[in-house]
Amino acid sequence: MSHDGAPLLAVDNLQAWYAESKALHGMSFEVRQGELLTLIGRNGAGKTTTLRSVMGIVRRRTGSIRLAGEELTGLRTYQIARKGIAYCPEERAIFASLSVRENLALPPVLRTGGLSDDELMSAFPNLRARAGSGGTKLSGGEQQMLAIARILRTGSRFLLLDEPSEGLAPVIVKEIGQLILRLKARGFTILLVEQNLRFARSVADRHVVVENGRVVDTLTTAELDAGMARVKSYLGV
Amino acid sequence: MTRTLLLLALAVVACAAPLFVYPVLLMTVLCFVVFACSFNLLLGYAGLLCFGHAMFFGGGAYITGYVLKSSSVPVEVGILAGAAAAAALGYVVGLVAVRRSGIQFAMITFAIAQFVYFLLLQASFTGGEDGMQRIPRNALLGMIDVSKSSVFYYVILALTVASIALFYRIVHSPFGEILRAIRDNEARVESLGFKPERFKLIAFVLSAAMAGLAGGMKATVFQFATLTDVSWPVSGEVILMTLLGGLGTLTGPMVGAGIVIVLNDYLAGFGEWSLIAQGAIMLLVIIFLRRGVVGELGAYLNRHQIARKTWISGA
Amino acid sequence: MSNISTQLLFGQLLIGLINGSFYAMLSMGLAIIFGLMNVVNFAHGAQYMLGAFAAWILLNHFGISYWGALLIAPVVVALFGLVMERLVLKPLQNLDHLYSLLATYSVTLIVEGLVRHQYGSTGMPYESPLPGGINLGFMFLPWYRLLVLVFSLVTCIGTWLLIEHTKLGAYLRAANENPNMVESFGINVPRMITLTYAFGVGLAGLSGVMAAPIYQVSPSMGSSIMIVIFAVVVIGGMGSIIGAVATGYLLGLLEAITKVFYPQGASMVIFVVMIVALIARPNGIFSAREKTS
Repeated sequence: MSHDGAPLLAVDNLQAWYAESKALHGMSFEVRQGELLTLIGRNGAGKTTTLRSVMGIVRRRTGSIRLAGEELTGLRTYQIARKGIAYCPEERAIFASLSVRENLALPPVLRTGGLSDDELMSAFPNLRARAGSGGTKLSGGEQQMLAIARILRTGSRFLLLDEPSEGLAPVIVKEIGQLILRLKARGFTILLVEQNLRFARSVADRHVVVENGRVVDTLTTAELDAGMARVKSYLGV
Repeated sequence: MTRTLLLLALAVVACAAPLFVYPVLLMTVLCFVVFACSFNLLLGYAGLLCFGHAMFFGGGAYITGYVLKSSSVPVEVGILAGAAAAAALGYVVGLVAVRRSGIQFAMITFAIAQFVYFLLLQASFTGGEDGMQRIPRNALLGMIDVSKSSVFYYVILALTVASIALFYRIVHSPFGEILRAIRDNEARVESLGFKPERFKLIAFVLSAAMAGLAGGMKATVFQFATLTDVSWPVSGEVILMTLLGGLGTLTGPMVGAGIVIVLNDYLAGFGEWSLIAQGAIMLLVIIFLRRGVVGELGAYLNRHQIARKTWISGA
Repeated sequence: MSNISTQLLFGQLLIGLINGSFYAMLSMGLAIIFGLMNVVNFAHGAQYMLGAFAAWILLNHFGISYWGALLIAPVVVALFGLVMERLVLKPLQNLDHLYSLLATYSVTLIVEGLVRHQYGSTGMPYESPLPGGINLGFMFLPWYRLLVLVFSLVTCIGTWLLIEHTKLGAYLRAANENPNMVESFGINVPRMITLTYAFGVGLAGLSGVMAAPIYQVSPSMGSSIMIVIFAVVVIGGMGSIIGAVATGYLLGLLEAITKVFYPQGASMVIFVVMIVALIARPNGIFSAREKTS
C-alpha cells in the first residue's frame, strides 16, 4: 500500500522537557495520510513523550509539529484535538467516577464521520452489556476497548495510540489488532507506539525506531523482517 | 574579606541605630526578624508551610509575660521561658502535624492555631480580650536596669544576633542539608534510610522555639501581650515577610520583616490601608516577584557575574 | 436534663440547622473548587461577604429588594470570581498550589480592607424580607429561617444532581480526575475551570445574600465563617460534595447542642472534631477520589 503526497503529520527536530530533564533530543519523522506508523523502541526511549508532545500535554517543547501544514506547537491541547487528532494514552485513563456509558459519551463530536453511540455499542458489544458499571470495573481488555471506542466518537481521523496491547492476554491483543486494521481500512491515519514488535509488524506499514529521544532508523515491515536482529538490539531484547 | 567588612559595617550601624531611629521601632523590627527566621526555617528549608505560626509567637509572649509578672526572674530568663514553652507546644503540635505535608500540613497547623487561640481566649492568666498588661521588664541578669528602651535595645539586639547565628549554624549543618533534601525529595531521603518525620519534628520544635523567643522579646519590648499576637493576621504577616524577602534565602525574611514593619509603622495612621497594602504587596510578590527581594537581587547578581556573597543566598 | 426547656433546645437546634445550612453551602462551593483545581480558595469567606454587601448596596442605593438581590448579587460576585481566576489563579496554576492559597488569602486582605475602609467595622442590619413566623408549640419558627433551610437544601441537592447526573457534571467529574485527558478530547478545560470557579464563588455570593437578614452585614463576617468552613471541608474531605454538605449540617447541629449543654465549649467543639478527624483520617471522613494527571 503506497501513501504518496504531502504528509499528514510532519515532526521536525522536536525537543521536549519534563520539568528540568530533557526527554526528546530532536525527533524528526513523518506520518503519511492513511498509513499506520509505529514508534518502536525500549522503555524510556521517548515514544510516549512524543505522542504527548504532539497533543500538547508536554508543554515545554521546541521544534516543529505540523498537521496538514498547520503548526501545532503554539496551541493548547483542546485546540490540537479539535484539529482532528485523538489520543489514547498508555494508561487508558478511564474515569473511575464515570460509568461506562458516561465514559463513552464524554468526548464531544467534533466533526462528522465519528461513530454514534449506537454504532459504538454495536461495534463493542461488551461495552453495551456493561454500560452502567463504573468505568474502572471493566477488565483490562475491556478498558482498552472502551478507551479506543470513546475517541472514535469525536470523528477525528488521526489516532495516536500508546501501547494498546500492553498487559493484555494474546487473544485480546489479536482482537485489538483486528480492530486497528479495520480502522485503517476505513481510512484512519494511525500513529502507534509499541514495544511489542510482533504486534507492531502485524498492523503497521512503517516503523520508526526511537532511542534516547531520537529517531535512529525508519523501516518498512519488509525491512523490519529482514533486519530483525538489528532492531532487536535497539529494543534490548 | 568583603564579607567581614560588610558584617562589621552592619554591626556599627546596628549599634548606632538608636541614635537615629526610635528604639521601639528598631526592637519591633528585630523581634520580627527573629520570627521571620523561624518561619523561614520551616518553609524555606524544610518546605513546610505552617499556617498558624502566630500560636508560637503569641504563646511565647504570654508565657514570658506570665513568668515576668508572677516572679522576679531576670528578663532574659523570662524570654527564654517563653521560647521553651513555645518549643513544648511545637513538639505537641508537631507530633500531630509532621506526618503530613503540603496543603494538609497547612490545614492542620491552621486548625490547631485556631484552637490555641480559643484556649488562650478562655484562659484566665491571659486576661482574655484585654490582654496581659504591664509586663515588668525585670532586671537583666538580676542586676542591670533595662527599663529605658535605648538600653534594652542592646539586649534585644544581642538576642537577635544570637538567634540569627543559631539559625545560620542550623542551616549550614548536616541537619540543615537533610532538611533541604527532605524539602526537595522526601521519598529519596526516606529510601536512604532516614526518617523524614523525625527531622521535620526537630525542625518544627526549633522553629517554634525561635518564634516563641521572638514573642517573648516582643512582650518585653511592648510590655504587653494580647490575643492579636496569637491571631491569624500575625501568621499572615510572617508569611508575607518571608515571601517578600525571599523564600529559602538566608537574609530574605529578615529583609522582608524590616520592610513590612516599617511599612506598617508608616501606614499606621491610615486605618485599613495597612492591611490592604499587605494584601496587595503579597499578591504582587506571588505573581511577579516570587523569588522575593533578596532572591531577585541574588539572581540579578548571578546573571551579571558579580561575586556572589554567600550569605545572600544561603541555600 | 429535664430543666432545659424544649423551647430552648429546639430554638438552639434551629439555629444550629441554619448555621449548618450556610456551612453546607459554603463548604460545597469550596469543595467543588478544590476538587477541580486543587486550590484552597481562601477568598471564599470574603466572596460570601461581598454577596451580603451587594445585597445591602442594592437595597440602600438602588432600592432593589431582597428578591432582586437574590438574583443579581450572586451574578455580580461570580463575575468578580471570574476576573480573579483569570488574573490571579490562571498564572499560578502550574506552580505549587500553596501559592494559589496564599494568593487567595491576599485577595481576602485587600477586599476586606477596602470594604472596612468604606463601610466601617461595625455590622449593618438588613431587614428580613419575610418577617414573622409560626408558633409550633415546642418552638417558634420564623418564616425567613424556614425559607433559608429549604433554599439551602434545594441548592445543595440541586448542585449535587447537577454534578452527578448531567453531562456537564460528567465533564467536571472527569476533569477532577484527569484534566489533561479531558482536554485531549477537545473540551476547553481552561474555560471550564474558570466557569467552575465562578460558579463556586457565585454560590458563596448567594449564601451571603441569604445570610444578610440573619447575621449582620459586616466586613468580618467572611473571616469568622471561613475558619469554620475550613474545618468543615477538612473533616468532610477536600473534594467531596456530599462530605462537605453533610459535615456542614452536622457540625452546625453539633455546635448548637454543645451550646445548650456546655456553652463554653461551643466555639471550640468544631476544632476539636477537626483535630480528631485529622489525626484519625487525614484525608477526611468522606475521602475524596485520587487525582491523576
